[in-house]
Amino acid sequence: MSWPMSASAPKKRNDRAAYFLVLPFVAVYAVLFVYPTAQMLWSSLTSQGLIVAGDFTGVQNYARLLSDPRLMKAIVNTTQFVLMTVVPGTLIGLMLALMVNRLKGVVQGVVLAVLFLPYMLPVTTVVLIWNWVIYGPFQLVWFAVMHRPLNLAVQSWMLLPIVAVLTIWWTAGFNVLILLGGLRSIPPDLYEAARIDGAGRRAQFSAITWPLMRPFLLLVLTIQLIWQIKVFDQVYLMAQGTRSDVSIVLVQYIYLLAFQNDKGGYAASVAVALFVVVVAISLMQAQLLARGRKS
Amino acid sequence: MRRLNQISIGFMLATLGVTIIWAFPLVFAILATTTQMAGGEAGIGVYLTTLVSTPIGRWYLNSLVTSAGVTLGVLAISATCGFALSQLQFRGRRVLWGAILLSFMIPVQALIVNHFFLMHRFGLINSWLGVILPQLIAPVAVIVYKRFFDSVPKDYREAAELDGAGPLRVLVSIYLPLNWGVTAALGIITFIGAWNAFLWPFLVVTKPEMMTITVAISEAQDSWGVSGLAAALLAGLPVAVLYLIFQRRVTEAIMLSSGVKG
Repeated sequence: MSWPMSASAPKKRNDRAAYFLVLPFVAVYAVLFVYPTAQMLWSSLTSQGLIVAGDFTGVQNYARLLSDPRLMKAIVNTTQFVLMTVVPGTLIGLMLALMVNRLKGVVQGVVLAVLFLPYMLPVTTVVLIWNWVIYGPFQLVWFAVMHRPLNLAVQSWMLLPIVAVLTIWWTAGFNVLILLGGLRSIPPDLYEAARIDGAGRRAQFSAITWPLMRPFLLLVLTIQLIWQIKVFDQVYLMAQGTRSDVSIVLVQYIYLLAFQNDKGGYAASVAVALFVVVVAISLMQAQLLARGRKS
Repeated sequence: MRRLNQISIGFMLATLGVTIIWAFPLVFAILATTTQMAGGEAGIGVYLTTLVSTPIGRWYLNSLVTSAGVTLGVLAISATCGFALSQLQFRGRRVLWGAILLSFMIPVQALIVNHFFLMHRFGLINSWLGVILPQLIAPVAVIVYKRFFDSVPKDYREAAELDGAGPLRVLVSIYLPLNWGVTAALGIITFIGAWNAFLWPFLVVTKPEMMTITVAISEAQDSWGVSGLAAALLAGLPVAVLYLIFQRRVTEAIMLSSGVKG
């Protein structure tokens, strides 16, 4: 695949035309990704503020990470949030996808749209809607069981579970879409053959659906994992007006350090840690998916 | 012929139940604004009050301009880069492709501090450009474009070359029109993503009149004394309508960019 078909001096013109075309992307990439990443690594070794320069302090920030109780709190909360959303959300997505897959025509279209519409809404809209649900209908249930009103500023331990439910509701459409794509990729004759062999619904599920859906489930699981580790918006918005420390998550801690406490350097070291974790998971995902595709 | 699935009553009820549960929060919220629940006013009135007593027009404009800017920017830099990677040989091609594949996984959230620092140095805090620029990092769009350009038959390109067309002409007059569906799908999903973006616009804008609507509505109730719920529904309305009109494109784009289809 060479560009001009003429034999003479093709290479030079090639390069120039190509560089002209890739330049805008490369420029954006260099200024807004490579440079900030390098700067993040550098500032994590300094005592700089959000915008005020600081001194080089070596690995001091990283040493501090190990004995920071608020960071531990953020890690524990983020882990809890991941546990409450990733696997439950994927399994609910699978159940919904199996359901949608059995529907036909207009009904299928309508149900899919109902499941998917929340995923299209801005996070602030989602949180404000759920505030009404929580302090409305859910409040009635809560009062009936607990005999006192729910107030997230008081019962702050309820905050993360509620945000987890909201997140599952919000992102289920995405899971359903990917998993539905998977279900549709299974050749129908497999089920036909299984039926002729006398396999029931359950046997068909465990012999055909589950093994063939594994790569898709893996994809959804890892995408969800990467999303939820980076959670900020919903947690921050839902915790407005409460003591946000109780439900603080990792990205929120970075935000707090840099933008509220003016500790840019230390925030960068937390960001580097998050960066490493997310990239490690992504590499693992790429490995798993490549292996799944081969077999 | 395959025997039609017998849909049992139980399955129908379960489906109905699940659909109602999923629709409930949104339906309840809409109903709440049409009754006395949402702070005194009810029905259209609560929306009208929100429209006239907040700078919501300005917030819509900010969202529209920044989302359109992000969309056009991402499409332009991704189509050209994807075309070069797909159709041209040049030194550094493999390095660039490797870098793009790697950066697919970057957590942009980790860069907020340094993005803020950079935008501050450029003097772009509280500006449209400041909201747009960091959102231009979308390597997945390049990956999708390259994959589609790879499958365009080479004859088209060779015919245009014989007519003396340069690479940019070939891209604009052949490769883009042939793949306009990809551009539409990527465009719609990028626009919705930018409209819904919270963290970055929230950080880079502090002046109320420069906020995008997604950020602004979180403070509408406290700062402007209007129903936060009505403001929230107004903020979500454009993307909800966009989705309902372009359902197929939206779902296609999500499958494409998550690597399921292609």
